[in-house]
Amino acid sequence: MTSIKMTVNGKSVEKEVADQTLLSEFLRENLRLTGTHVGCDTSQCGACTVHVNGKSVKSCTTLAVSLDGAEVTTIEGVANGELHPMQVAFNDNHGLQCGFCTPGMIMSGIDMVNRYKASGQELTSDAIRHELEGNICRCTGYHNIVKSIQDAAAKM
Amino acid sequence: MYSTTYHKPASIEDAIAALNGGEDTKILAGGQTLIATMKQHLAAPSDLVDIRAIGGMSGISAAGGALTIGAATTHAEVASSAEVKSLCSALCDLAGGIGDPAVRHQGTIGGSLANNDPAADYPAAILALGATIKTNTREIAALDFFDGLFTTALEENEIIVSISIPVPQKAAYAKFPQPASRFALVGVFVAQTDDGVRVAVTGAGEDGVYRHQGLEEALGSNWSASAAAGVPISPDGLMSDLHGTAAYRANLIGVMAKRAVAAT
Repeated sequence: MTSIKMTVNGKSVEKEVADQTLLSEFLRENLRLTGTHVGCDTSQCGACTVHVNGKSVKSCTTLAVSLDGAEVTTIEGVANGELHPMQVAFNDNHGLQCGFCTPGMIMSGIDMVNRYKASGQELTSDAIRHELEGNICRCTGYHNIVKSIQDAAAKM
Repeated sequence: MYSTTYHKPASIEDAIAALNGGEDTKILAGGQTLIATMKQHLAAPSDLVDIRAIGGMSGISAAGGALTIGAATTHAEVASSAEVKSLCSALCDLAGGIGDPAVRHQGTIGGSLANNDPAADYPAAILALGATIKTNTREIAALDFFDGLFTTALEENEIIVSISIPVPQKAAYAKFPQPASRFALVGVFVAQTDDGVRVAVTGAGEDGVYRHQGLEEALGSNWSASAAAGVPISPDGLMSDLHGTAAYRANLIGVMAKRAVAAT
């Protein structure tokens, strides 16, 4: 067991965890932040995507203990008083069906918009499809997910 | 996952001490293969030694006609590096095609090379570019580094520190991704270097990454897609699995070689 301290959604948390605890387990079971979903648990589906120090990572393939001192943002932390533009866009464009993949889609969507904006590249619908390589929607609702991210990119 | 003990040393010396201190220790560099393997119970190290907090382990620099990439540099950092882009853009393309964006934020070049997965992308680049792998104890030429499936010249508990890559005259990588995993079903890296033309193939060989002599000779005398197209590619020694037969892979090697040369 190791004591770790990190900032999760702006709040400092300190917990004792077994060294093999995955970040997804830590978030869901220790912090009860169950918005981060575990779909495949093999880093293929992206439902567990969160941001670590501002970058998207698959929380099911990350050890919590390796993130001592890190800043973690989950789906519960993206709204700031009101919904994040990416969440609004998913609402407006019907970017979800069953909703299971949605937390990961939104975290990946925010990450890709931030990266493309920082490098001055245009986030075309082709680029969004390519960037969504690691996020799987088993309802196959990709068309509206792509529209949602494109809509949010224009507003972020 | 079975229980393990995690170490995060701040120096090579502390890392070596931690590696020697455990019963079955493994180096953790990005974890995108190792953690998945541990979850499947295919690996159960008693101790994990995370090398990412060691000073100087990550970062990219260029000097004296070579690029130096720290072992813990992520695929995303290589893919987006202006220095790599200007000196060897093929390496940016390759790094930007590994896994997906979230995997690229964690996976590292050193981890990929040390693992030597027969379908990984980096081994093809490192072999074709004639890179040198610097470890905590020595320098290993790429030619001597890869030693069969998931096997390298690294000794027990030897740590890759950085990779030095001579800047090529021309280089490109073409990959046919396996549609589900996005690993290379076949990937071909072609490079025109100061020591001649080198062509490295990943994803296809039964013993992992290898150089294709026929393609190297043809492209050495005529650097063109048509020269690559005229080279017979033998299926002998190539993998056959549910994703493709050896003959299918042999054909893909020719196609990827043509595409790579055409992209330079």
